[in-house]
Amino acid sequence: MRTVELVIVGGGPAGLCAAKLALEAGLEVVIIDRADKLGGQLIKQTHKFFGSKAQYAKMRGIDIAKLLINEIENHQNLEIFTSTTVVGLYPDLVLTIYDQKKYQKIKAKRVIIATGASEKVLAFENSDLPGIYGAGAVQTLMNLYGVLPGKEVLMVGSGNIGLIVTYQLLQAGVKVKAILEAGSTIGGYKVHAAKIRRLGIPIITNTTVSKALGTSKIEAVEIVKLDENWNKISGSEEIIKTDALCLSVGLSPLHQLLSMVGAQVKYISELGGFVARVNDNFESTVKGVYVAGDAVGIEEASAAMMEGYLSGLHVADSLNKPHPEQENLLKYYQDELELLRKGPFGLKTKIGIEKLKVGESNA
Amino acid sequence: MLNKTGIPTKSQTLSRFPQENILIKPKAVIECFEDIPCNPCETACPFGAITIGPNINIQPQLDFDKCTGCTLCVSSCPGLAIFVVQIKGDQALFKIPYEFLPKPQKGEIWDGVNRKGEVICDALIEGVRETNKMDHTAIVTARVPKEFLHDFITVRERK
Repeated sequence: MRTVELVIVGGGPAGLCAAKLALEAGLEVVIIDRADKLGGQLIKQTHKFFGSKAQYAKMRGIDIAKLLINEIENHQNLEIFTSTTVVGLYPDLVLTIYDQKKYQKIKAKRVIIATGASEKVLAFENSDLPGIYGAGAVQTLMNLYGVLPGKEVLMVGSGNIGLIVTYQLLQAGVKVKAILEAGSTIGGYKVHAAKIRRLGIPIITNTTVSKALGTSKIEAVEIVKLDENWNKISGSEEIIKTDALCLSVGLSPLHQLLSMVGAQVKYISELGGFVARVNDNFESTVKGVYVAGDAVGIEEASAAMMEGYLSGLHVADSLNKPHPEQENLLKYYQDELELLRKGPFGLKTKIGIEKLKVGESNA
Repeated sequence: MLNKTGIPTKSQTLSRFPQENILIKPKAVIECFEDIPCNPCETACPFGAITIGPNINIQPQLDFDKCTGCTLCVSSCPGLAIFVVQIKGDQALFKIPYEFLPKPQKGEIWDGVNRKGEVICDALIEGVRETNKMDHTAIVTARVPKEFLHDFITVRERK
């Protein structure tokens, strides 16, 4: 069985950034991604990114993916496994991987889990009718394959993903009937909300979908008002005709490999679900297993990139191969990460990280 | 209201406009009403007219004296929250970001739309500019009656 210095699970923004600095530090790196190309969710993001220069602000996500991939893909110390799933991670840092033909084992000196997140779903009557999508699927169909999810879409959820996917649907010529938001205020950035509202798309707060109607596919949706405690207000139901429903109701960190390897994980609602406890160096409670990006708490891709860079630096240092600019870069990316969390949208993450530090509760 | 509907209030909108006499020359109007971590407008401005500072969550401050209305910030704003406007007689000349197809053509009349998405006036298209640096965020120049100075926000193809 071959041994490599660093295996990165997940080639999205966190994994790519971790790889870049680890390679610069002279490490031998393997990136494993289950998709057929690197880039993670960035490759579907056609909008310009927020942040500052350190996070490639004002570049479109697809172009950030190209840039990050270009920086590393021909590096002699890098091996990339695409269309490959990590199916097992064990405390001796052996990974079992499956590339749809054969199983293999790789032993790593260090592992960075940068698996990202999965979409949350919503339970309602007929939620399995064709035409009901997660926002990620809508982006994949539309932005990767050029396939429209429907002629008309009702969006559920007004976080940044719901708002951005609405904008992308409108750009693709799809009619968006409305955005429903169960909470009392819009979840995402108000600049996104404003640019959708000026296109005539209503954003309806305190409202959710109660059932989907249709026989072989979705034909309409029953929506209902919610009170302040998110209880349905009976009699407020309304039927909206639509041939597609898009759910954008949040993300959960993909913690499964961390749970499998025996890392302590804890349910932190502010971070999106079960996350591994990590120290200040992004190392989990299993020595040698690090975590970066949405896998350790849901945030924007900009934060995932900063965590990727930082975890790459910490791993290099732990193998006594610090990056030539180790101290400067650590400080730079740490400061950038803190800046991203300094505003009101970062508050939730900061509370979540504090909660993660206290208590020993295990899952 | 903004955080329930996506529509800024009239007073929020007015707070980002300069006095009308300043708009004899083109000036940027920055409708960024929330502390989000973002500063491309500041770094795009070659005249130092936009200040956010080291904490990138602070909302941008625009110095109208330094602003030349060059529009570099307009296509740099990921939130499409900036436009440039100038008053010319009884008309207001807007330069707005636009990311849809088809793009308007010079000389066409499109619908002028307000922040609620309602059609409020005719918008005469005076030009469409798109360079590589603008990265697919075109800038449409549209002329509308001056009375819509504080209401007009974008254009829509007339059906």
